[in-house]
Amino acid sequence: MDSIDEQEYKKSFDFKIWKRLFPFLSRYKRVFLSMLLLNGLCASIDVILPLFQRYAIDHFIEGDTVSGLLPYGCIYLLVILIQSLSVIGFSRNSMHIEMNLGKDMRRDLFGHLQTLSFSFYNTTPVGYLLSRVMSDTNRIASMVAWNFTDILWALFYVCGSFVSMFLLNWKLALVVATIIPVIAILTWYFEDKILHWNRKIRKLNSKITGSFNEGITGAKTSKTLVIEDRNADSFRTLTERMKASGIRAARLNAVYIPLVLFFSTVAVAVVLLRGGTMVVDNVLKIATLSTFITYAVGIFEPIQMTAANIADFISLQASIERVTGLMDQEPQIQDSPEVIEKYGDSFHPKKENWEPIRGEIEFRDVTFRYPDGGENVLEHFSLHIPAGTTVAIVGETGAGKSTLVNLACRFFEPTEGQILIDGKDYRQRSQLWLHSNIGYVLQNPHLFSGTVRENIRYGRLDATQEEIEAAARAVSAHQVIEKLDKGWDSDVGEGGDRLSTGEKQLISFARAVLADPRIFVLDEATASIDTQTEQLIQAAIDHLLKDRTSFLIAHRLSTIRKADLILVVKDGKIVEQGKHLELLQQGGYYHDLYCKQFAEENAAKVWNSKA
Amino acid sequence: MQPQFKLSRQQKVRMILRYLKGCMKFFIAALVCACLTMAFHSLTPQVIRITVDTVLKSDASAVPKILESILPVKFLQENPGQALWIAAGAVLVLALLRGLFNYGQRINLSKGSEGFVKHIRDDLFRHIQHLSYDWHTAHSTGDMIQRCTSDVDVIRNFVCNQLVEVVRTVFVIILYLSIMFTMNGKLALVALLFIPIVGLSSGIFYKNISSRFQAADEAEGDLTTCAQENLTGVRVVRAFGREQYEVERFAQKNNYFSNLWIRLGKLLAVYWASGTLLTSLQTMVIILVGVVETVNGGMTLGAFIAFVTYNEALAWPVRSLGRVLSEMSKAGVSMDRVGYILHAPEETDQKDAMPFPVAGDIVFDHVTFGYEEQNVLEDVSFTIPEGSTFAILGGTGSGKSTLVHLLDRLYELKPNQGIITIGGTDIRKFQRSHLRKNIGLVLQEPFLFSQTIQENISAMRPDADLTQVREAASIACVDDAIQEFPLGYDTIVGERGVTLSGGQKQRVAIARTLMGKAPVMIFDDSLSAVDAETDTKIRQALHGSLGKTTTILISHRITTLMQADQILVLDHGRVAAIGTHAQLIEKPGIYKEIYDIQMSSDDRTLIAKGGMA
Repeated sequence: MDSIDEQEYKKSFDFKIWKRLFPFLSRYKRVFLSMLLLNGLCASIDVILPLFQRYAIDHFIEGDTVSGLLPYGCIYLLVILIQSLSVIGFSRNSMHIEMNLGKDMRRDLFGHLQTLSFSFYNTTPVGYLLSRVMSDTNRIASMVAWNFTDILWALFYVCGSFVSMFLLNWKLALVVATIIPVIAILTWYFEDKILHWNRKIRKLNSKITGSFNEGITGAKTSKTLVIEDRNADSFRTLTERMKASGIRAARLNAVYIPLVLFFSTVAVAVVLLRGGTMVVDNVLKIATLSTFITYAVGIFEPIQMTAANIADFISLQASIERVTGLMDQEPQIQDSPEVIEKYGDSFHPKKENWEPIRGEIEFRDVTFRYPDGGENVLEHFSLHIPAGTTVAIVGETGAGKSTLVNLACRFFEPTEGQILIDGKDYRQRSQLWLHSNIGYVLQNPHLFSGTVRENIRYGRLDATQEEIEAAARAVSAHQVIEKLDKGWDSDVGEGGDRLSTGEKQLISFARAVLADPRIFVLDEATASIDTQTEQLIQAAIDHLLKDRTSFLIAHRLSTIRKADLILVVKDGKIVEQGKHLELLQQGGYYHDLYCKQFAEENAAKVWNSKA
Repeated sequence: MQPQFKLSRQQKVRMILRYLKGCMKFFIAALVCACLTMAFHSLTPQVIRITVDTVLKSDASAVPKILESILPVKFLQENPGQALWIAAGAVLVLALLRGLFNYGQRINLSKGSEGFVKHIRDDLFRHIQHLSYDWHTAHSTGDMIQRCTSDVDVIRNFVCNQLVEVVRTVFVIILYLSIMFTMNGKLALVALLFIPIVGLSSGIFYKNISSRFQAADEAEGDLTTCAQENLTGVRVVRAFGREQYEVERFAQKNNYFSNLWIRLGKLLAVYWASGTLLTSLQTMVIILVGVVETVNGGMTLGAFIAFVTYNEALAWPVRSLGRVLSEMSKAGVSMDRVGYILHAPEETDQKDAMPFPVAGDIVFDHVTFGYEEQNVLEDVSFTIPEGSTFAILGGTGSGKSTLVHLLDRLYELKPNQGIITIGGTDIRKFQRSHLRKNIGLVLQEPFLFSQTIQENISAMRPDADLTQVREAASIACVDDAIQEFPLGYDTIVGERGVTLSGGQKQRVAIARTLMGKAPVMIFDDSLSAVDAETDTKIRQALHGSLGKTTTILISHRITTLMQADQILVLDHGRVAAIGTHAQLIEKPGIYKEIYDIQMSSDDRTLIAKGGMA
């Protein structure tokens, strides 16, 4: 399910879009060629097989003899063996093309996504990206490998059959050929309508899925409002529409396919009439007539299937557009060529040229607005943060507390002005250099599927077992980890969802400690955590902050009070800044926030103390 | 993890039959049409046989007795031109009949299967709406949606395509074989021999390969998870500079998945090729044996041609039968998964349930309640006089939400767990829907439907006009905010529309509940995301509009509660204190402590405390 409506892509054929596939395909030129040849061979044999039947009738039955039946059988057997081998060959080739093409496209897309900026991720739902990386690439690969094969086979087979028919008797072949325009017109007439209804059905289907989603997630609310039956009624209207559309689409097919079959039988009837007359007049052998009937029956289904296949294949253009559109997405934050020359890019870092970092940060006359928003959220902002300073950023939820952090981490760059790290504009260093020196712990910590150990190791890939355990011990995470059923090797589940928020947080702390960054960012959790874990986390934070430049997006008073500098954010802008006591004495917005927080934390303490 | 739920074979059959009710006739019609289609189809080779033998080979004995009485055989043999016209005409008439029945088959099948799937979907949806609150808390949305969509599709495919296909194929096999046996027993026996070989080989292959399909599916799931985690965790990836590592990790899973399929492809290629080989082989053997038979006078040339045609028409259905039969086992699992939902009990009323008036005092009498082993409420008793405002103060997990859930019968008290009465009547004797309609409960985390704001607010009264909706919105102090949206009350809420803030959502939900004009209103911490100022405004507006309504307020803000007629302090499931604000602050206790903390605006103490830290 995509969370945003997909835009409609243009329907007319555009070669420029298709050309984008060539670089991917060119890697498999030889396999492709072999697939083509084997496919052609297979279709040719399908054309030849009716001729064996013709020979059997003509030579053996009409000649009233069985002599030569053995060599005939042997050749026949050989031909069908060859055909089976060609089927093995081209199926393997097709599968090879499908899987490798898909793999290459996924790999390239995924790699490209790693370079895109946060502004892109902030405005693009994950489902939207995922459907491109997985579904669209799959669709392209399988259609190129299989639909294309089917279309080619049909083409070979139909053309081959006609060649064979023209060679046998061109007059009768012309008779069969006259039916083709009729089938073409029928197909052209119906295909568009069928496509239209199929699209409608797909849309309705996703609506039904959406309704189930609402029906299930909203069930509790529906109960309190006693609107269960009304919901079920409106769902029934939807399924009624689905039913009507399904039947409409089926009716089209129910008319179209029998019509095609009927006309192909017309071909058989005409062949029987004209061919029969020829036989009576002794200008055509019965065996040839029988062969013609076989061809006439055989070619129309491939023609009709090919029409559908080609329509499907053309609709692939939208998928190609979606994939290439994502590949064309330029990262908004890029290192300059000189920087890449010196420090390397994200995939090939030249670590030998990296300077050590102290962690002094300076905002110099920075003006900033988000790429998707109109208003400046920072204007001519200057701030000097000496190495080792703890900066707390406070404000209500949604006030824009992450802006400064995003800028300092170069997840966004200033619209105007400069940000200096250790006295040098950070754009003169590589992104990876900075990011490798930042530790980031999120409010809702993100873990990856895998074991606890693997997740901590994410902080430094070459860390030894001892280093991993030491990092965990430093933030007291080992107490929690060792209680898990498989200890360090426990599976954390998808996104870490087998662990509680508190456990996830401790592990993400350990991960940050292992990275030993000079700059540390903590987006503090507000989630309710039991008192014991809470204390562990407090201790862990204290440990982490030591000797590092750190940004705390803080909620807890204890953390805020300890900060060297507090920045107060309201409606996206920094309204107050200073030390805790100074700000309190000013009696401004910080004072209000503090009092509210103070009251809530103390009330919570009262309840807990009664436990 | 849900426990493994399995339906017995009988239950599965019953389930399918239940949903086939009403559309069975279409399926029967479709099957009859399908068989007739095949029957007419099987006659065309006969026309060709007779034509070849009588007209082209001048062998009058090939004409069946029935036709002899209708057709002037002698005359036609002398005038082959006329005869060919008749033959061609017969082919066309047969084609026409076949086309008509084919149309009938398709149209009936689609009517039947659309009806069938609609029946299942509607029933599932309705059933889910009526499952208990408890059930909804215990089950994950994603999995349930999967069951309602993908699994339903599998069942549909099973009933509407596979079952029909099997019946049709069996009919084709029987029909064609019997025709073939009447034509030439020996040759038919050869064709018959191939059936088990082709069918079994295909079935066995599919059965064996299914575990590999499963492995490939799992690898794909793994790959998707990897991509998804990377995309959702993009901040972590960047912050640790792990782009290269992630690319390698993805590449490894990507390769693994692709290689699994390539290996599977090699097996499939063998399977497809063996299929081609077996069918070609079958044709070859029939031709060889047929040639010998014909040359020896066992059959005519026309019969030979017809036989080869029948044989080819037989080969593919047999093959697909093997595959279909082996794939049908998947449907069983899907039926278990859907059956799991359908067999969960719906909320029901007691036999003698009545719509008693929701009026009078509300009494909790020695109520003890727990979800699992631990009790959330412990012997709670109190009375809420009719028309009064009753407030509940409690910490996280103190059981305050449970209290009102019990009153709304979202959870049901067991006989030994105490009793809740309204106007002296046990609430278990009420009709559940009647009770809920008369208790306006605003949940802590209300859900808004992806409809317009107006539709959301008027959910309980679909016939209400905009003035009434705006009135309710004004009381909930959300009218101004809604007016500011470009589309106003027509703004669509949720994923596809505007995302409302937490506070706005809560207020829309309050407005929605106000529309119900229930004699009892409950606000379960419904103003938690609203700032204190708006909180006060809403409460004043509510106070003005509710009048004689019995109101229950849950909050952890003293200011929200202090004006209530009575305040209940709930501590870990027990009544810690009950009384008016004035009474409660008189004596030491939780209420007073929290009051002191929340009300203290003495800056100096704050500064002193802050300074000390």
